[in-house]
Amino acid sequence: MTTLAASGHVWQRNWLVYKRLWYRSLAFGFLQPVLFLTAMGIGIGALLSTDDLTAFGGVPYIDWLGPGLLSAMAMQTATFESTYPIMNKIMWGRNYEAMLSTPLGVRSIVIGELAWMAFRIGSLAAIFLMVLTAFGITRSPLAILAVPVAMLIGTSFAACLVAFTATQKNDVGFSAIFRFVVNPLFLFSGTFFPLTQLPDALQAIAWATPLFHGVQLVRGLVLSDLNLAAAPLHLAYLLVMLGVGVVLADRNLRRRMAG
Amino acid sequence: MSSQPSLVHARGLTKRYANGFTAVDGVDFDVRPGKAFGFLGPNGAGKTSTMRMIACSSPVTEGTLSVIGMDPRTQAREIKAKLGVVPQIDNLDTELSVRENLEMYARYFDIPREVASKRTDELLEFVQLDERAKDRVEPLSGGMKRRLTIARALINDPDLVILDEPTTGLDPQARHLLWERLYQLKRRGATLIITTHYMDEAEQLCDHLVVMDKAKIVAEGSPRQLIDDHATREVLELRFTDATRAALNGKLDGLADRIEELPDRHLLYTDNGEHTLEQVNQRQIPIESALVRRASMEDVFLRLTGRSLVE
Ligand SMILES: Nc1ncnc2c1ncn2[C@@H]1O[C@H](COP(=O)(O)OP(=O)(O)O)[C@@H](O)[C@H]1O
Ligand SMILES: [Mg+2]
Repeated sequence: MTTLAASGHVWQRNWLVYKRLWYRSLAFGFLQPVLFLTAMGIGIGALLSTDDLTAFGGVPYIDWLGPGLLSAMAMQTATFESTYPIMNKIMWGRNYEAMLSTPLGVRSIVIGELAWMAFRIGSLAAIFLMVLTAFGITRSPLAILAVPVAMLIGTSFAACLVAFTATQKNDVGFSAIFRFVVNPLFLFSGTFFPLTQLPDALQAIAWATPLFHGVQLVRGLVLSDLNLAAAPLHLAYLLVMLGVGVVLADRNLRRRMAG
Repeated sequence: MSSQPSLVHARGLTKRYANGFTAVDGVDFDVRPGKAFGFLGPNGAGKTSTMRMIACSSPVTEGTLSVIGMDPRTQAREIKAKLGVVPQIDNLDTELSVRENLEMYARYFDIPREVASKRTDELLEFVQLDERAKDRVEPLSGGMKRRLTIARALINDPDLVILDEPTTGLDPQARHLLWERLYQLKRRGATLIITTHYMDEAEQLCDHLVVMDKAKIVAEGSPRQLIDDHATREVLELRFTDATRAALNGKLDGLADRIEELPDRHLLYTDNGEHTLEQVNQRQIPIESALVRRASMEDVFLRLTGRSLVE
């Protein structure tokens, strides 16, 4: 059995659970961007000057915000999916123990889980993109590429977080992750306002963090103004993060399960 | 018997955990095909640690171990393909139905769907859960969950089934139902490794036993042989009032092969309990109650370790 086929089984197990409630997840995936865009874009956007659009690269605030929210959604979904559910499968429900009594290996579990999260985030991103289109925000058919980029953002975070979760003996560490990693990234990655608003030192830090690169790519694709010189850099950042995350997740989960 | 190749062969098998604790300390044993092999020992003896090494879920620290003729260090995947494992703590998939638990597990073994579906039907019937096939796992009773776990362990038609404390925590009725299923399995020629701290389970299910205590194997043989070697045919259990007990000093001497003094009673090891009881009465020692019974694995364990199996 190849690692790929075995990962497919792990993916399939998640599908079996998910398919009973898929409509709930998709309805939520639809509702969330609609609510956010209405509240933040129309509510706050209306307070901003409409004569001078230069602050947001020449587009209305809601257009600028939408792709940022899509990217943040990818990160947040990945965070939720790779903390408690993974901890459950390691410790409380012992799913991995059961899987590892079969020919399935740790690598197949890691790849299968990440592929599953990629699928979940991809489907949510596709819905998000439809909502953006309905709000008249997408500028070109190439915006569809925002979906795989969202999957990349999600799996990069997920891989690193699975690596973290595999080292945890209880869920105390998760609130620290939410508070000190996910929330700051959510707020300071050029999602809600341009980084140029920040002091230089903070800008430099924001540049070094992953969600910023994801936001740049997604926004460029959706608004059709991708900076082609910077894009490979953003992409490379996320790919390296994914690669490092997978290696660490595999190593940490292997250690954890060996006992 | 010894000419047959062993399914599990261990020499000097040792498990030391990261914290330096030695849970299994140089044990030797051989599991023959078609037999039920038991590990009897109290909590903390190292049974689960041994099982986990055999199942390739926990690396061997030292010593030789071969499972189905293969080396767990290098051929874990091949070994796992031929094993059925019933862990001490249930790890059924609570998000799936009873049926899905078996079918999904079959996928992990790469068993084709049609074969998996057919085997699932057979196994659900075998463990008498066919009527619960569509139910979720959570509402099942402890005994049903255990039976489902056993069915799951058989999905790949394993050469060897490892059952870690299969009936611990079950009520007597559920235990007997489970034993009965395990007998059936034995009759079909399956090789079983069973760990338990119940002497009755060990005596009833196992053809061959090792007694484990504090990380070591302290005795080995068939249940009958162990009782013959380490206990007498019968045991006379005597209870005295505290006053009599205090005044006993040596009055029982010479009445039995061996006398074991427990907090609440005296055990007299003898080949004829009734006869010994007569002798006690002749010495005019006032008895509160007396019981003659056959010697059991509990007595063997007491003899070997000076402690009871279940504290
Ligand atoms: N992962 C571990 N790390 C350290 N000690 C352990 C670990 N697992 C088990 N032990 C210790 O090893 C001993 C034997 O445990 P175990 O094999 O579970 O015994 P049994 O199954 O006979 O009750 C116990 O003292 C237990 O606390
Ligand atoms: Mg145990």
